[in-house]
Amino acid sequence: MKTLFDKVWDSHIVAQEEDETLLYVDRCLIHEGSRHTFDALHERGLSVAHPDKVFAFSDHYIPTDPQARSRGVASIPDAEIRNMVELLIRNTDEFKISRFGWGDARQGILHVAGPELGLSQPGIVLVGADSHTSTHGAFGNLSFGIGASETTHVVATQTIWQRRPDTLHIRIDGALGFGVTAKDIILAVIAKIGIGGAIGYAIEYAGSAIAAMSMNERMTICNMSIEAGGRAGMIAPDDTTYQFLAGRPFSPKGQAWDNALKFWRTLPSDPGAKFGKEVDIDAARVVPMVTWGTNPEQSLPITERVPDPDKEPDAETRIEYGKALTYMGLKPGMRLTEIAVDRVFIGSCTNSRIDDIRAAAAVAKLGRAVIPAWVVPGSESIKRQAEAEGLDRIFTDAGFEWRNAGCSLCTALNGDQLKPGERCGSTSNRNFQGRQGPGGRTHLMSPAMAAAAALRGHLVDVRELGGRN
Amino acid sequence: MEAFTTWSGIAVPFDETNVDTNQLCPTRFNKVPWGPRFAKILLHDRRFNADDSEKPDYILNQEPYRRAVIAVAGRNFGVGSSRETAVLGLMGFGIRSVIAPNFGDIFYNNSLKNGVLPVRLPTAIVDLLLRQLLAQRGAQMRVDLPSQTVTGPDGATHPFDIAPLSKKRLLLGLDEIAHTQEYGGEIKRFEERQAKDYPWLGAAPT
Repeated sequence: MKTLFDKVWDSHIVAQEEDETLLYVDRCLIHEGSRHTFDALHERGLSVAHPDKVFAFSDHYIPTDPQARSRGVASIPDAEIRNMVELLIRNTDEFKISRFGWGDARQGILHVAGPELGLSQPGIVLVGADSHTSTHGAFGNLSFGIGASETTHVVATQTIWQRRPDTLHIRIDGALGFGVTAKDIILAVIAKIGIGGAIGYAIEYAGSAIAAMSMNERMTICNMSIEAGGRAGMIAPDDTTYQFLAGRPFSPKGQAWDNALKFWRTLPSDPGAKFGKEVDIDAARVVPMVTWGTNPEQSLPITERVPDPDKEPDAETRIEYGKALTYMGLKPGMRLTEIAVDRVFIGSCTNSRIDDIRAAAAVAKLGRAVIPAWVVPGSESIKRQAEAEGLDRIFTDAGFEWRNAGCSLCTALNGDQLKPGERCGSTSNRNFQGRQGPGGRTHLMSPAMAAAAALRGHLVDVRELGGRN
Repeated sequence: MEAFTTWSGIAVPFDETNVDTNQLCPTRFNKVPWGPRFAKILLHDRRFNADDSEKPDYILNQEPYRRAVIAVAGRNFGVGSSRETAVLGLMGFGIRSVIAPNFGDIFYNNSLKNGVLPVRLPTAIVDLLLRQLLAQRGAQMRVDLPSQTVTGPDGATHPFDIAPLSKKRLLLGLDEIAHTQEYGGEIKRFEERQAKDYPWLGAAPT
């Protein structure tokens, strides 16, 4: 009896030495930040083993300001940022790697545009030069983020050495309440197990709440596996997965589709398969969540108050909470809904897909933004779809800014960043100190909650606004 | 990769939990190519003011910690982003081994690839080492890979685990890519089998 993880791992073993496995890598995703890998290839005179198995995306450094996008690469004012955008173009041309870059209708964040292309298929091993590569596991594959040296190894050999992680089964049952989204569920999971709770584990998410989710929602869940320390996050493929994949550019067609489908249906964990650890979450009890601190486990239901460090029984927690509140500029005991925000960011590989944009638009329609609020779709294809649905007009009419696809204010690499002390309601994945810019303060939440914060100028329970999500 | 056998010298206590890779290397430095700039990049926003002047109260800006070669830290060290620049920052500063109860998986692997040794020790021992280092400024420690032991400021030794192949690579400073290329035959056979069993993976997009 094997788990989904066991099946994918075992079918990719090339060799075993001591307790490390040489795993075959079916697909490797890179981005503008992958310069250290190309530097190493050049320095060592290495070639790329299979350029057709490596895919490059322009996302981390590309501007998302529509005017800057129309002016072209040469117009990026910061020379170091421009260099990163140009390096990806030069390096992918040199090594004949497919690039979904500036001006390409398929451009977008690697974890958004990759799945749209049909690259993330059940049963494969996919690595990415980015920790949020765990996103792709939503399709029933083993996907994980790696560093620059490992990426160099992968592109040079199409393999990677790994120690076999243990397995963690997270069962999420029950129906999501009104105003509750996949983002709230995964924040609740991380709050429960902690940011180190899944270190050394490959997570499989299961249960009725997961089964009921769309692929976009499942990607939001798997995306933040790394925020619990997980090596990977996986969800068994089912009809929802196959419907998403049908007809995508890299999806099998005709007879190959039928053969693939037959294989994919063998992948879900066998009944009775054993996991190293099990965690249960009651989805029906989850309410909209926000982070108040400086890591993703420091979150609470929006109905709660900022914790008081002095009331924590554990000495280490008292210190952690105290430091977090100092950085965040918050008072113990204040209501979370009393926290005023300076701006709002709706985007990132966690929450920039069409479901997210629709949920935010449904709230934006109810009022007008009283603070700067950006909507940054995860891919140009999502941008076009949203525009076809008239969502861009809803946002701009409500005073939100509608931008081009990229990582933008989540990574703060392309010049989109917070000012010191500025506070942002954000749909991204990390609220670490300085993540959105030096001195910036981040509160993580769902797209509907972020849109609601934009209308009120402070954190707010989206359920009070009455809109649907 | 530079080999790692034994390092001894000044150990700096990072008496803090959850030091994520955003702290170790603020994102804007990810675009810096490997070189001497990394000496200043490690924990940059903790060490320097906005005008680039040093924050004198930060431990790495104080003697003798400017010469630290070992760091001891709380749990969840190096969680978060996959940026290898977090390890390059440690190397640039001169820190060759970090001791903590646990590490972010990607950071742990990135360290091994660069000849920086991440050492997992039980929380109680890490707490003890932190207390000793805080009590005795500039105390020295020793990390010995061949015997898999850490020697604390009091001279007591503590054993640690490391995967045998990772240990071998570190001790010999092995080139991992060259080592993997010895498996060229196995890789080729795997690819042939996969092309037969899962032909759609190699198909061009339509």
